[in-house]
Amino acid sequence: MTKIAVIDYGMGNLHSVSKALEAASTNEEILVTSEPELIKTADKIVLPGVGAIKDCLEAFSDELRRTTLELISNKPTLAICVGMQMLLESSEENEGVTCLKILDGKIVKIPPLIDIKVPHMGWNKVNFMSDHFLWKKIPDRSFFYFVHSYCCLSSSDAISETSHGTNFISTLSKENIFAVQFHPEKSQNLGLQLYKNFLDWKI
Amino acid sequence: MSVAKRIIPCLDVDKGRVVKGVNFVNIKDAGDPVEIAKRYDEQGADELTMLDITASSETRETTYKTVESIAGQVFIPLTVGGGVRNTQDIKRLLRSGADKVSINTAAVENPDFIKEASDKFGSQCIVVAIDAKSIDDTFTSWEVVTYGGRKRTGIDVLQWVQNAKDYGAGEILLTSMDRDGTKEGFDNKLTKAVSSAISIPVIASGGVGNLQHLVDGIKEGGAEAVLAASIFHYSEFTIQEAKNAMLESGLEIRI
Repeated sequence: MTKIAVIDYGMGNLHSVSKALEAASTNEEILVTSEPELIKTADKIVLPGVGAIKDCLEAFSDELRRTTLELISNKPTLAICVGMQMLLESSEENEGVTCLKILDGKIVKIPPLIDIKVPHMGWNKVNFMSDHFLWKKIPDRSFFYFVHSYCCLSSSDAISETSHGTNFISTLSKENIFAVQFHPEKSQNLGLQLYKNFLDWKI
Repeated sequence: MSVAKRIIPCLDVDKGRVVKGVNFVNIKDAGDPVEIAKRYDEQGADELTMLDITASSETRETTYKTVESIAGQVFIPLTVGGGVRNTQDIKRLLRSGADKVSINTAAVENPDFIKEASDKFGSQCIVVAIDAKSIDDTFTSWEVVTYGGRKRTGIDVLQWVQNAKDYGAGEILLTSMDRDGTKEGFDNKLTKAVSSAISIPVIASGGVGNLQHLVDGIKEGGAEAVLAASIFHYSEFTIQEAKNAMLESGLEIRI
């Protein structure tokens, strides 16, 4: 049985991620865990993230970080929101933090414009920039649910963009990694479809 | 191009049942929260809000169970409020499956609580709920009311939203006590005053009686989202009908 580990580093709402995975799953085993020994046995990993990026990065103990990074280097990985942001180079949040430098790009504050509310909270269109297996049965320009105050404005790994006053990168992908700024677990049927595609994804 | 405007049905829950009062009194039973939440999700609600209006320690466990049950079946954002007093309450609600937590009286009495909560859980999940009442019959100046509408505080609403934002609120749920339950429409002057004063999203609440009211809350009030309860509970209108009305008026809506 395929084993999916949702990395629990003590932050955020993992309940909704694991429930959505369960709803999308046919016969996969879904583990929510912070145990490096268990994580090592997983076939795929989900890296969620809610809250402040510094806390998320610090919540990674050395061993948990080492194990997670090892898996991210070759197993199918889905990173969500702050989980996505952590994979980039750096973030302006919390007076500036260095991130994991696995994907190209920097995280900056959403540019403040008149009539643009921050946090960017709600449903917005995801405009595909290139094809991907995880877009299966999801039409271009579909609505997904976002909630964030920081974003990535450009990246060589970008595969979708979204506009909130300014265009920003809503999905990045590189080899075995698929990283989204939005929350598929809060994006109703299309969100569940994305989880299903992730479960079906073979690399 | 920007984010779509949201429609948020609200479930006022008393001892595990959805109820709806007029001006916070005369409470009427409207059904099982999980069933109602599922129905709204199927109709295309953008988010759900659940307010625990009893919020007593005896019924708290029921609330956590209801939240867990909704969150396990409905994959749209869920905000839960009512009687949230400390970070332990917030943690329990988030762990039960809430995505955001709304704080009202406890935030007014101790604004540092907003800061503590947003530092710990992130601004994105801290909604400050404000019950506002006009100070006189000119409806041009509003004060904050706490304890579910029972206590007038004398605090100016515009001053308070500014503080709430500075302390780390991610969103404001603004209810007009003058309009709540009246079906006369939102107090759009109030919503406009608040939404132009701050950069975070404002949800308009209180007074919806028809679909044009929802449109007006956004166009005249400048709200990012509109919240309504009774027009949806008793199936006067479906969420889909509400969304169609908003689309026809030219608003960006998720269909």
